[in-house]
Amino acid sequence: MGTISNREAICEVLLEAARKDPDVVVACSDSRGSASLAPFAKEFPQQFVELGIAEQNLVAVSAGLAACGKKVFAASPASFLSTRSYEQAKVDVAYSRTNVTLVGISGGVSYGALGMTHHSCQDIAAFCALPDMRVYLPCDRFQTKKLIQELLTDTDPAYVRVSRSASEDVYGEDMEFTLNRANVLSRGSDVTIIACGEMVSPAREAARALEQEGISAGVIDMYCLKPMDEEAVIEAAKNSKCILTVEEHSPYGGLGSRVAQIVSAGCPKRVVNLALPDGHLIAGSGPEVFREYGLTAEGIAAKARQMLAESRI
Amino acid sequence: MEKKMNGAQLAQKAHQLRRDIIEMIYQSKSGHVGGDLSVIDILTTLYYGVMNVSPGQKEDPGRDRFLLSKGHCADALYCVLGDCGYFDKEEAITTFSQYGSRFIGHPNTDVPGIELNSGSLGHGISVGVGMALAARMNGQDYRTYVVCGDGEMAEGSNYEGMMAAGHFKLDNFCVTVDVNGLQISGTTKDVMDSAELAKKFEDFGFYVIEVEDGNDCGQLLSAYEMAGIQKGKPTAVIAHTVKGKGISFMEDNVSWHHGVMTEEQYQKAVAELRAQAEKIGMKLEESRYGKEEHANGNHQ
Repeated sequence: MGTISNREAICEVLLEAARKDPDVVVACSDSRGSASLAPFAKEFPQQFVELGIAEQNLVAVSAGLAACGKKVFAASPASFLSTRSYEQAKVDVAYSRTNVTLVGISGGVSYGALGMTHHSCQDIAAFCALPDMRVYLPCDRFQTKKLIQELLTDTDPAYVRVSRSASEDVYGEDMEFTLNRANVLSRGSDVTIIACGEMVSPAREAARALEQEGISAGVIDMYCLKPMDEEAVIEAAKNSKCILTVEEHSPYGGLGSRVAQIVSAGCPKRVVNLALPDGHLIAGSGPEVFREYGLTAEGIAAKARQMLAESRI
Repeated sequence: MEKKMNGAQLAQKAHQLRRDIIEMIYQSKSGHVGGDLSVIDILTTLYYGVMNVSPGQKEDPGRDRFLLSKGHCADALYCVLGDCGYFDKEEAITTFSQYGSRFIGHPNTDVPGIELNSGSLGHGISVGVGMALAARMNGQDYRTYVVCGDGEMAEGSNYEGMMAAGHFKLDNFCVTVDVNGLQISGTTKDVMDSAELAKKFEDFGFYVIEVEDGNDCGQLLSAYEMAGIQKGKPTAVIAHTVKGKGISFMEDNVSWHHGVMTEEQYQKAVAELRAQAEKIGMKLEESRYGKEEHANGNHQ
């Protein structure tokens, strides 16, 4: 497990940036604690804007700040940011192309037993559907840091979803990072597992288990949901018998849907999507919810075996 | 603007712009003529009498900021911006809402002078709060002006923005509500009564100025002068206007929210504006489209 959560990694990068650049601004909706941005608010009160529990205002005010030269990071639970303030994200951020990075914290089922109101299993679909909005789900603290550092250098809108707890380290401090290029962790001729966010680590573990059984399994970390690295997807489809996608999201409009579109258009192969079900999720902690729906190394490996067995029939 | 206009000059300018609006609406067979005619005096007063803006300053970080939250009255704003010289006004008048035009039915940043895209109601106050906060953070003295409609005040997001403006004591921020009393389905009172708007703004910490005749540029000018000197509070200008102001058959008539004129109505509208213009000592151009020209396909 990483020593810090991805949200804490974001705070570290923003603190570092704010020390050099007075235009770096953080905005929160009574979410500085849950976003781990309290240290930022403390060190840079003049560059921190608290809007209270009002996500629509959070996003619209952020857009206004950005339109006047600020580099704004608006952080709020992904569940509210992707629904309550969706229109502000569409009109004031994406359509207006303001320099706002929407940081969805405690994404997916991070809030576990708090229930469906606090889950954000539709955010990838929602934000990917907005023209000019980029969507990223980094998998660990190292990638999160590189991503935020990169986003600080451009002026286009983006949505970043991170989890609540510390994520397993997938990379190291010296990881290579290119914006909008997927990380191919390994190549496999039988199956390629394409995952994002919290699912990258179990996908890698599943591939290792499959390799030990003599199954050639590759793993791609598709942290860039939009723009998606289509080349990496096509290459995987060309080199593998089938593709398995894994995501902490609804089966509608997420990683799996987009990969299936790219594969069917560019190199038709079987694509199976492993995702959360379209329905009321079971109560439990994040890991318990993942176990319930097979979003674990064992579940991913089992699904891959099943796909390969079916392909032999 | 190099030189600000006084009340009488503003009234003449607004009158000329009404004439442009009628031309634009008639040519395009679209637009929101009722609201355009209620808000045009507010826009004219701000652009020619109050705000520190001009085409030469459009990238100047110190310029005042303007947001038309009631974005469906973009037609009126395009006439104003074109007249100010941000672009060729004729292009706006002749291509408004046409295929491929940048002059679409709601303000967008493809049009010089438009600060940010708007159109969905209930966004302007919040975005404006962000702009006003940025001025404070940067130590800049520009002011941010937002114009909303009274029907728009049913959107709950407005109240989040008002709360923040009051909370941050944004004395560089001014919201104008164009209270014309009508919206697409009927009177605002019947559809959804936002009741005492002045009290609502006051409760959120605004200094409120009621303008009895929001189609009187002189009254508006005085209100904005008061707004400019308030310290420690944002200002709300509640401007009581008449929807369709200036055209007898459109005034206070809900069917002109986005009504389309027949040629006869167009000729009557132009004739009325020309007659009114003469009374305030100005001359307006005749209608561009007579029956014959129109029949010959001059209408784009």
